[in-house]
Amino acid sequence: MIKHKKPTAFYETFERKGHNDTSTHYCPGCGHGTVHKFIAEAIDDLGVKDQVVFLSPVGCSVFAYYYFDAGNIQCSHGRAPAVATGVRRVHKDAVIISYQGDGDLAGIGTSEIIHAANRGENITVFFVNNAIYGMTGGQMAPTTLNGQKTLTTPLGRDPGRDGLPIGMAEIMNAITAPVYIERVSLSSTKGVLKTRKAVRKGLKNQIDGRGFSFIEILSPCPVNWKMDPVEAREWIAGNLEPVFPITCFRDACSQDQKDSQIAVEHSVESDQIPFMDDKELVSLLKVDALIPNLEILNLEEDQLVKIAGFGGQGVLSGGVLLAKCGIAEGIHATWLPSYGPEMRGGRAYASVILANDEIGSPVVDEPNVLIAMNGPSLDAFEDDVVPGGFILVNSSIATRKVKRDDVSVLYIPASDIAKKEGLTAAANVVLLTIYLKHKGIMSTETLRKIIPVSVTRKKFINTNLRIMDKALEYYDNNVRI
Amino acid sequence: MSRLLMKGNEAVVHGALTGGATHFFGYPITPASEIAHAAARYFTASGRTFLQAESEIAAINMIYGASSAGARSMTATSGPGLSLMAEGLSYLAGAELPAVVVDVQRAGPGLGNIWPEQSDYNATVKGGGHGNYSNIVFAPNSAQEMCDMTRKAFALADAYRMTVIILSDAYIGQMMEPVNIPETVTFSKRKDWAVYGDAESRENLIVSILMSTLQQSNHNEHLQEKYRRLEETCIEYEEFGIKDADIVLVSFGICSRLCHTVAMTLRKEGYRIGFFRPKTLFPFPKKAINRLAEMKKPLAVVELNTGMMADDVELSIKGQSEILRYNWLGGQMPTVKELAIKVTDDLGKLRKAGFGGKS
Repeated sequence: MIKHKKPTAFYETFERKGHNDTSTHYCPGCGHGTVHKFIAEAIDDLGVKDQVVFLSPVGCSVFAYYYFDAGNIQCSHGRAPAVATGVRRVHKDAVIISYQGDGDLAGIGTSEIIHAANRGENITVFFVNNAIYGMTGGQMAPTTLNGQKTLTTPLGRDPGRDGLPIGMAEIMNAITAPVYIERVSLSSTKGVLKTRKAVRKGLKNQIDGRGFSFIEILSPCPVNWKMDPVEAREWIAGNLEPVFPITCFRDACSQDQKDSQIAVEHSVESDQIPFMDDKELVSLLKVDALIPNLEILNLEEDQLVKIAGFGGQGVLSGGVLLAKCGIAEGIHATWLPSYGPEMRGGRAYASVILANDEIGSPVVDEPNVLIAMNGPSLDAFEDDVVPGGFILVNSSIATRKVKRDDVSVLYIPASDIAKKEGLTAAANVVLLTIYLKHKGIMSTETLRKIIPVSVTRKKFINTNLRIMDKALEYYDNNVRI
Repeated sequence: MSRLLMKGNEAVVHGALTGGATHFFGYPITPASEIAHAAARYFTASGRTFLQAESEIAAINMIYGASSAGARSMTATSGPGLSLMAEGLSYLAGAELPAVVVDVQRAGPGLGNIWPEQSDYNATVKGGGHGNYSNIVFAPNSAQEMCDMTRKAFALADAYRMTVIILSDAYIGQMMEPVNIPETVTFSKRKDWAVYGDAESRENLIVSILMSTLQQSNHNEHLQEKYRRLEETCIEYEEFGIKDADIVLVSFGICSRLCHTVAMTLRKEGYRIGFFRPKTLFPFPKKAINRLAEMKKPLAVVELNTGMMADDVELSIKGQSEILRYNWLGGQMPTVKELAIKVTDDLGKLRKAGFGGKS
């Protein structure tokens, strides 16, 4: 039964409009009024007025908030589906209406509509297609017909130049997640009644938590089409409908379309982890926290360390171990990696600074310690080491000798030592152990405490600790004087 | 106190969660991606929401939606993503929605490279999108500040109903440092202007279109008044060695770490070097900088851009002292030694010109 009473989902008078507050801003014969009315009626009948969040787009319906007695958010051009996503992730029970025109949805906002549909957002999209930009005064829309004259196609749309009119319902139908896709038309009384039904179904689906519904409505724009309202409706039937077929593309919620069950399954919400309270949250964040020693270490000299080698040699993680040792000793530490595409070529290095006082620049341009895990990194950084500095070379891989005679050098076959214990990747632990031991920076016991909390693959903790022992053994037998 | 070693980028997420953030929408970009990684881990594990958007445009508009809906939400990006967000930032300002955006700057223009620059200064401090608006801009220079400033940003964003930008850079984001995790903040969760999809908020309207020129003008005046209020309440800066300084190094972000080292090193060698660091770039500490100029301190503004903050310094001091502009571009950063040599060379020149030498 068609009701003639004004739905309560409309304001009684349109105060936000500021003037003529009993009539709308829409032009005579425009389709927006009809669609607005069906939405308002459906909101009333479904009893969800308080839950509605209505998103007004940019375009003629930018002022939808003048009329709908609902929570209203006016969005930027084309972005309503992204805004709807944001609202949905906050309010599970809101009834979110994304009301968009053809410039908005089929032009500037194609990305947002496609991805919101693909995520199966539980929202309802009303796409009012009138084949022209209305608010800006009648320019070509992506849905403008071939040959159709607009302000920006004064000689008619030329498909060679402008492409063909775009079918958004068809595009939606290529996506698995939407549960309901239908194109309707306001060209005839029958079409109007079908539109009313489609609007309801779209909203009902959302209220039932079914998922993404998309209703495209072919709608008249007599003023920009330069026709009277009756001609405009005839033009829809004669010209728009042949290009944009009136079809229900998908109705996964109906009994007779069981083949679309996949869409419904897709939109079932993923399991949400319960919202942690503050106490749980803080303990989650502090899970890897380090408790520094009570006695704070005093370094004889700030350690400006460069660790360099191939990617995968444990260069960056070795740096992290060292910095964590610093923290555990209560001193200041920074770690700065090589990163991003630079890493793709296989070169990796990290700058680590350990200092008694607050650290300024974290960049180590002139290291007093260079840990060279391969030959190229020795080549790259040998000259940067300050006179009197220390170079620790992984002699398993870097075969040449250090050329400088103003620095102290140790050659340690770190990869071989680590490999013997079955974990070549722990060459970094060998070198760190020997660096700490040889330079007397801090007790190697600190590193022994850090490894278990720092090594990500827990099954390798014991191997790493054993490799530390082997490194100390090597040092005692081969280096210590 | 327990401390965690983490990247500045990860510290952002710790600050956000302790600051009450519940929603993160983002799109990966080097050198900001670790923020998304950590958010995906911790927002999800704590029952908050992490969603990878299809673009930065979508991300900022998801924030627009979540913020309209009353949530504390955020995103993180770098220059190219920030450019895409410009429209959204303007809408957020127009509609007076709170938001937190982290920009881990890389070198530009265009795709540029992933090394640190500070060349998004104008794009953030001067608004970035169309129209008369500003954002609060924090410039952290450590992992701890990445955490603390992000935490604080949510309270300020809510209090002033505006976007707060954490203007970081590739080094501050990538660097690991120890971070103390702060306690969680307590705040009133219901906002009387937001849209909750319930009876109580049904009258609420989030909008940035004002068709009457008078209304639009009044709205702009209201925004400007809000920004002026910020100058009274939320300016932060750090300084040392000003009183006897022959020259003051003015810098923010990663450059301030470098300047800190240079100032301390040169002071040990007997040079009288001052250090000034704005922690908020908007509102800008105009009065504090003007005070330096009134003391006739030459100001060396050290930046990884073409002198964008130096322009603000110049506006602040109205010609009352000398400004030297030290700029590096393209992701290059001077070494401590290079900057120190530049400073001592210029000190000599300044002395000849009659500056300095008095305390």
